[in-house]
Amino acid sequence: MKIAVCVKQVPEGNRRLDPGTKRLDRSGEGALNAFDAHAVEEALRVKDHSGEGEVVLVSMGPAKAADALRKALAMGADRAVLVSDDGAAGADLVGTSRVLAAALEREQPDLVLFGQQAADADGAVLWSAVAERLRRPVISQVAELTVADGKARGKRQTEFGYDVIEAPLPAVVAVSDAINEPRYPSLKGIMGAKSKPQETVTLSDLGVEAGAKTEVLELSDPPPRGETKKIEDDGNAAAQIVEFLAERRLI
Amino acid sequence: MFLEHHEGELQKGSLGVLAKAAQLGDDVAGVVIGSGVKELAAEAGKFGAAKVFVADDASLDAPLPQPRVDVLASLVRDQGFDTVLFAASVLSADVAAGLAARLDAGLNWDLVDLERRDGQLVGKRPALGDSVYVDVGWTGEPRLALFRSGTFDPAETGGSAEVEDVAVELEEHSRAATMVEQAHAESEGPDLAEADVIVAGGRGLGGPENFTLVEELAKALGGAVGATRAVVDAGWYPYSTQIGQTGKSVSPKLYVACGISGAIQHKVGMQSSGTIVAINKDPNAPIFDFCDLGVVGDVHQVVPKLTELVRERRGS
Repeated sequence: MKIAVCVKQVPEGNRRLDPGTKRLDRSGEGALNAFDAHAVEEALRVKDHSGEGEVVLVSMGPAKAADALRKALAMGADRAVLVSDDGAAGADLVGTSRVLAAALEREQPDLVLFGQQAADADGAVLWSAVAERLRRPVISQVAELTVADGKARGKRQTEFGYDVIEAPLPAVVAVSDAINEPRYPSLKGIMGAKSKPQETVTLSDLGVEAGAKTEVLELSDPPPRGETKKIEDDGNAAAQIVEFLAERRLI
Repeated sequence: MFLEHHEGELQKGSLGVLAKAAQLGDDVAGVVIGSGVKELAAEAGKFGAAKVFVADDASLDAPLPQPRVDVLASLVRDQGFDTVLFAASVLSADVAAGLAARLDAGLNWDLVDLERRDGQLVGKRPALGDSVYVDVGWTGEPRLALFRSGTFDPAETGGSAEVEDVAVELEEHSRAATMVEQAHAESEGPDLAEADVIVAGGRGLGGPENFTLVEELAKALGGAVGATRAVVDAGWYPYSTQIGQTGKSVSPKLYVACGISGAIQHKVGMQSSGTIVAINKDPNAPIFDFCDLGVVGDVHQVVPKLTELVRERRGS
């Protein structure tokens, strides 16, 4: 069983948009996207369950994203592939999915895992675009995953409850953060991570271009909320709420 | 406009975006995809669609994204649509992103507005926990846009749509995933994305048994029940009701937060609500910084009284 986990490095601490480029400022410290730790954890569990195999991290980002990959290696992933190229800066969904799909084609995994969303750009759509480019089935928002007999079976959380969806391998699965509790890297894992293979490839190595079909035009402040009216309950608060709602024609 | 439906009804979120599209003054077509869904086409006409394309086939019965990508991709190619709109949901997000890859088309997501500016379509997207608003555009066609749920209200125009059937041909990889069991409903009452009123509960309720207070108030107001991540993680309430960064983003007309502190993870999912009323016993809770009416008080006292008063007022 060969499992690829797509992970992302996200800025640590306070996020800001660079007013010049209107892109996220990625100059500070980076960390492994917390949602991706759930995908790494699930990959390790699937590998353990199947008794053999390999967990490969696949990422796109600046060279320093290698630090975030090392954390996932310390959790137990076997090796990492980082696509790092100046030509990939500013790539949007179309560009990023093309690059990741090319990197994944090279690896030919049985299973591709994604985390629920990116903590920086709040994107929660990449897996579906990557699955389409790979022409593989996709199951998203998976809160329980079973991989057996050449199939992935996922319990998908939806607005209406749960669906159970099954897909033959190779498949793409995006896991919800409810699926597991990611392990902390052990000291041994942290030490061992340093000697695990980490490969950096360029867009030309993969034979693709990144690019974008969307653009950021302008940044502005969010619309202000009106004043907050604050009251303390003296036994009469419920009546005051009703009055307030009636004034606004909400009841 | 990709019109999502569930249990024989078009979703309010989709109809809201349809109304927005019609308001932009364009020739708006709806697309209904499923099995036994022909009668939904007429319904879409009443809400602003001039034309409705219907892909009705047994192979489209389960709400899986990839077959829908196939249908939309061939429609966009055959009909030359320059813009495809979606209302956010687990299904629609997957369909939109799959279609973006298939057509190599730009997708902007989590939009709260769309306008025409100098002949160009410009979307508005809250970013970084809604602390900044970003105007986004597309560098080519087709343009794909996914809107935050509850952003627009449906508008019943009473019109009627010309209906055209669409032939369905699915790609091999789109037929690979199958639905084994479908949508076990976990909650009663209106769906969160559909509701004009949401009453949500947090840790301050003290325990899962006290969610009945929230449910009763929601029922009295004709609203849906929401929950914070903390109480979902604690197993008090199902995930399908979770509001916030890792749950749903909602913007109902009225949001009543009961025993919710207002952590940033929750705030990003509900701060675009029309009116926010918060009840919390901690006067320093962050939620008091972004609500319209803040009540410092005990939810166990205030909420049941409020429910009673609302019932009296509504005569129910």
